[in-house]
Amino acid sequence: MNDILLGLAEAARLIVSFDPELIEITLRSLQVSVGAMVIASAIGLPFGAWLAINRFRMRRVVIALLNALMGLPPVVVGLIVYILLSRSGPFGVLGLLFTPTAMVIAQVIIITPLIASIAHQAIRELWADYHDLLISLNTTKSQRIRALLWDGRRALLTASLAGFGRAIGEVGAIMIVGGNIDHATRVLTTAIALETGKGEFALALALGFVLIALAIAVNFAMHALSRTERSGRW
Amino acid sequence: MVASILPLHLTGLEVHRRGKRLLGPVSMTLKGDGTTVIIGPNGSGKTTFLRALHGLERCTHDAAKWQADEETVRARQAFVFQSPIMMRRSVQDCIAYPLILAGQGKTNARAAAAEWAERVGLSAALTRPAHVLSGGEKQKLALARALIRQPELLFLDEPCANLDGRSTREIEVILADARQSGTRVVMSTHDMGQARRLADDVIFLYGGLIHEAGPKDAFFSAPKTPETRAFLNGDLLP
Ligand SMILES: Nc1ncnc2c1ncn2[C@@H]1O[C@H](COP(=O)(O)OP(=O)(O)OP(=O)(O)O)[C@@H](O)[C@H]1O
Ligand SMILES: [Mg+2]
Repeated sequence: MNDILLGLAEAARLIVSFDPELIEITLRSLQVSVGAMVIASAIGLPFGAWLAINRFRMRRVVIALLNALMGLPPVVVGLIVYILLSRSGPFGVLGLLFTPTAMVIAQVIIITPLIASIAHQAIRELWADYHDLLISLNTTKSQRIRALLWDGRRALLTASLAGFGRAIGEVGAIMIVGGNIDHATRVLTTAIALETGKGEFALALALGFVLIALAIAVNFAMHALSRTERSGRW
Repeated sequence: MVASILPLHLTGLEVHRRGKRLLGPVSMTLKGDGTTVIIGPNGSGKTTFLRALHGLERCTHDAAKWQADEETVRARQAFVFQSPIMMRRSVQDCIAYPLILAGQGKTNARAAAAEWAERVGLSAALTRPAHVLSGGEKQKLALARALIRQPELLFLDEPCANLDGRSTREIEVILADARQSGTRVVMSTHDMGQARRLADDVIFLYGGLIHEAGPKDAFFSAPKTPETRAFLNGDLLP
């Protein structure tokens, strides 16, 4: 109990004093997770929509696979990305290992199935509504996908945010591919793991509170952003 | 003048679902002009027939012969559904959508949508979300959306089912206008008064089959079969 209070006090002190190190790793956390969310959304949302409107033989298999990929253990993803990016690996020449880019890559792999799967669910319902109309209007496949993505944007925002939530709280994969290097790849979650290991519980907790606050703030910000839009009432 | 997609020749058109025949066999010719009204009791296959003509139902292969290629045929038709489908957009954007699809600029499309909204009496609702409209207003929206691309062939499935008397007359005026400007109308209705006012030809569907068809006057004044007579009199059908 005392530790938690100390953690809160420490968190308050760090935030009020604009602790430069805290700001640095917080911004890096944001940068990596937002980057991963944007890229994963750009892949996952259209793919989810595409999956919702197409009937093909392997469809059930693909959906089952997608759902299975949602449960992909991040540590394993980290390990595989590590091997691919390591000096002797196929992408070793790019020199990406232990960079924020490597962390983004790992997180994209982890959250894309999640975003695609939630998007698929939402778009499938909307497609059931729109099906006859869009067929009757003689739309092309890409017009259908665009209409569904646009009209389903509220639900899709939730999909993206779920992806962001998973990314910002993730530690296993980015620890492996990022290496938790000070001033280079240290983010909130890896810093928490480190401080906890050192027995610095107050500092670790303080970072934890900042992490939670950040996740909540981003959610609020995105929802507020979507609500300022006039047609956001849907 | 662009070549017409009509007449449409149907030979042995059938629609099956779950091993049951819902419609057909239907063999007939849909001529290039006028208004055809489809009547018949609930479940007689009116919706199925209209949807099959529009290409929304899986039906007998090669039963329908149009005068143009599939793409042209599809592009020149519009359909107003029995229960209107509202997109999650404003009334104006819903009506403008077919023009946007056709590649028109947003500003133009919206201006045209505002004009059509005016014609169907939805001016006051332009910026409202489409799904909050009343049932009748939704039908008016669907009509405006169908007419905005000035289709050559327009299908309407009970377009006035939820409308009050005044709105019904307004819609009938719009449909008569559309017919004047060359739109071929094929519609179903349960309103015999409306059938008399709008139809050139009448088709009586019963049990998925065309039971009787012909020019309006002959059809209403001298129905040939006892079933048609019974239906027109509002009696129970055998
Ligand atoms: N997908 C389907 N599977 C099985 N039966 C169907 C299907 N679609 C329609 N039917 C049946 O086909 C028959 C004709 O339906 P349809 O909707 O064409 O009738 P309708 O003449 O439009 O009736 P209403 O006047 O009530 O609108 C009905 O008995 C209906 O239950
Ligand atoms: Mg019907």
